Amino acid sequence: MLNMQTLLSILNSLPGAVAQGLIWGIMAIGVYITYTILDVADLTVDGSMATGGAVCVMMLLSGYSIPAAMLAAVAAGVLTGLVTGILHTFMGIPAILAGILTQIALYSVNLKILGKANQGISVTKYDLMVSLRNIRSLPLYKNTIFVIAIFVIVLIAVLYWFFGTERGCALRATGSNINMSRAQGINTNVNTVLGLMLSNGIVGLSGALLAQYQGFADVSMGRGAIVIGLAAVIIGKAVFGRISTNFAFQLLAVALGGIIYYIVYQVVYALGLDPDLLKLLSAVVVAIFLAVPYWKKKYFTKAKKGGVNNA
Amino acid sequence: MLEIYGAYKVFNPGTVNEKVALDGVDFEMEDGDFVTVIGGNGAGKSTLLNAISGVWQLEGGTVVIDGVDVTKMPEYKRAKFLGRVFQDPMMGTAADMGIDENLALAIRRGNPRGLKWGITAKERSYFREELAKLELGLEDRLTSKVGLLSGGQRQAVTLLMATLQKPKLLLLDEHTAALDPKTAKKVLDLTEKIVGENNLTTIMITHNMTDAVKLGNRLIMMSEGKIVYDVKGEEKKNLTTGDLLRKFSVAAGHELDNDRMLLS
Repeated sequence: MLNMQTLLSILNSLPGAVAQGLIWGIMAIGVYITYTILDVADLTVDGSMATGGAVCVMMLLSGYSIPAAMLAAVAAGVLTGLVTGILHTFMGIPAILAGILTQIALYSVNLKILGKANQGISVTKYDLMVSLRNIRSLPLYKNTIFVIAIFVIVLIAVLYWFFGTERGCALRATGSNINMSRAQGINTNVNTVLGLMLSNGIVGLSGALLAQYQGFADVSMGRGAIVIGLAAVIIGKAVFGRISTNFAFQLLAVALGGIIYYIVYQVVYALGLDPDLLKLLSAVVVAIFLAVPYWKKKYFTKAKKGGVNNA
Repeated sequence: MLEIYGAYKVFNPGTVNEKVALDGVDFEMEDGDFVTVIGGNGAGKSTLLNAISGVWQLEGGTVVIDGVDVTKMPEYKRAKFLGRVFQDPMMGTAADMGIDENLALAIRRGNPRGLKWGITAKERSYFREELAKLELGLEDRLTSKVGLLSGGQRQAVTLLMATLQKPKLLLLDEHTAALDPKTAKKVLDLTEKIVGENNLTTIMITHNMTDAVKLGNRLIMMSEGKIVYDVKGEEKKNLTTGDLLRKFSVAAGHELDNDRMLLS
C-alpha cells in the first residue's frame, strides 16, 4: 500500500499540512483559553472562525490594507465572544447553549457579510500575507509557513505576558475555582466574558489567515472547528505536555498539536481513506481522548479504595 | 463592626422541600469579637455566614459590615471586607495555580486588577516568610501547585490567604471539620495564633463543643434558623461543655442526640 508514489505525495503535501496545521493551531490556542483555562466549552468558534475569514476577505476586496483587514477580523471575533459571554453571564444561559446560539446567529451574519456563501480572493491580485501558493521556493520572509510561525510566536508571547498579569491571574483563577475567586474579590462574570472575547478574537485571527491561505472565505469554513481545536489541544498535551509545564510551552504544544493533526489528515488522505469520513474520524479520536482521563480517574479511584480496604 | 437585622432566608420556597434557613436573625458584633457558633445540622450556621459573604441575596433583612450596608452588594464586592475559610479544603484555593499565585490573588483582594505583574519578587519573599510561620515546610514549595498539597496544608494556605490582607471580618465555616484530628488541631492552633496576633474580628462555626468553649470571647447557639443562646464576657469564660450541654437541652432539647456534636 505504501508505495513510492504515495510516500512522495505525502512528502509533497507536508509543507501545506504544516501551514494549515499552524493556522488551526492558532485557532486551537483560542480553544485552549476557553476549554482548559476558563473551563468553558465554547462552541462560538465554529461561527467566529468564518466571521474572521469573511470580514478579512470583504475588507480586502473593498480596498483596505491587510493589517486593517486582519485587525477588523480579530475585532469581529472579539465581538462574537462578547455576545456569547453576555448570553452566558448576564442572561444565565449555560455556556454550551450560549455558544451554539451565537454560532447559529453567526451563520446568518456571515452570509450577510459575504453577500453569498463563498467569496474568493486571488493572491495574484491582492498582496496577501499568506497563501498556499507561497509555501515553496520563496525567500524566507515571504514564505507562508514562516509568516504563520511568526504569528504563533508573537501570539504565545503576548498570551504568556497577559496570563502573568493581575488580570490574567484573575482569569485563570476564575477557571480554576470560581467560588474561591469570588471570595478573593474577583468579578468572575467579567473574567468569563473577557476570556470568551480573547479566545474568539484569536479564532477570528486564524479565520482571517485561513481565508487568505485558501484564497476564499466560505460561510461554512468553521464547521467542526471546535472538534479540530480540541483535537489539537489534546494531541499537543498528549505528545508534548510532559516535557514542560511552562505556560508558553503548553501553548506551543497546542500549536504543534494542530500541525500533527493536519499531517495525520494528509497521510490518511494519501493512503486513500474516503475524505468524507475524516470528520467522523476526528470526532471518534477526540471522543476517545476525552474519555481517557475519565477512565483513568475511575480506574485509579477504584484501586485506591481497594487499597484502603486492604489496609 | 457587623450588624444583621431581621435576616430571613428560605430555600426552595413553594415546594415540599421549603426550608426557612434564617428566621429573622438579629446579630451584632463588636470590633475584635471572636464568636464561636454551634448548632445542629440545618440550624442555619452556614447560611448565616453565606448571608454575610453574599453567596446569594437575603429574602429579607439587612447586613451592615463596618458601617457599610452590603445587603445588595454582590459577593465579589463584599470580599474586600472578608476573609473566608470553608469546610471543604478544595474550595478555598485554586488547585491549578501555585501556592505563590494563590497568595498573590489573595493579597490583591479588594483592589482593582490591572495589567501589572500578577506577582512580584518582593511579594514572593514576603510569602516565604509568612508560609514559614505556618511551620509546614511550605516556604520551600512556593511554586508548587496547590492541588498537590494535603487537605490540612490547603486549609493552612487558605487561612493565610484569608488573613494576608487583614480582613474586617474573618469567617471560618467549620474549617477543621474535614481534617484528621491531629491536622485539625494544628490548623486550629494556627487560627488562634493568627486571630490573636492580628486581633481579628472572627466568626467560627464548629461542631466541636470543646473548641467552641475554649476559643473566642462569645458563643452563640443556633437552632431552626434562630439564635437561641448567646453568651459572652465573664459568663463565656466560665462556661464548660457541661453547661453548654445543659443549655443545649433547654434551648433545643430534641437536638441533643445529634451525632455530629463532639464533646472532645
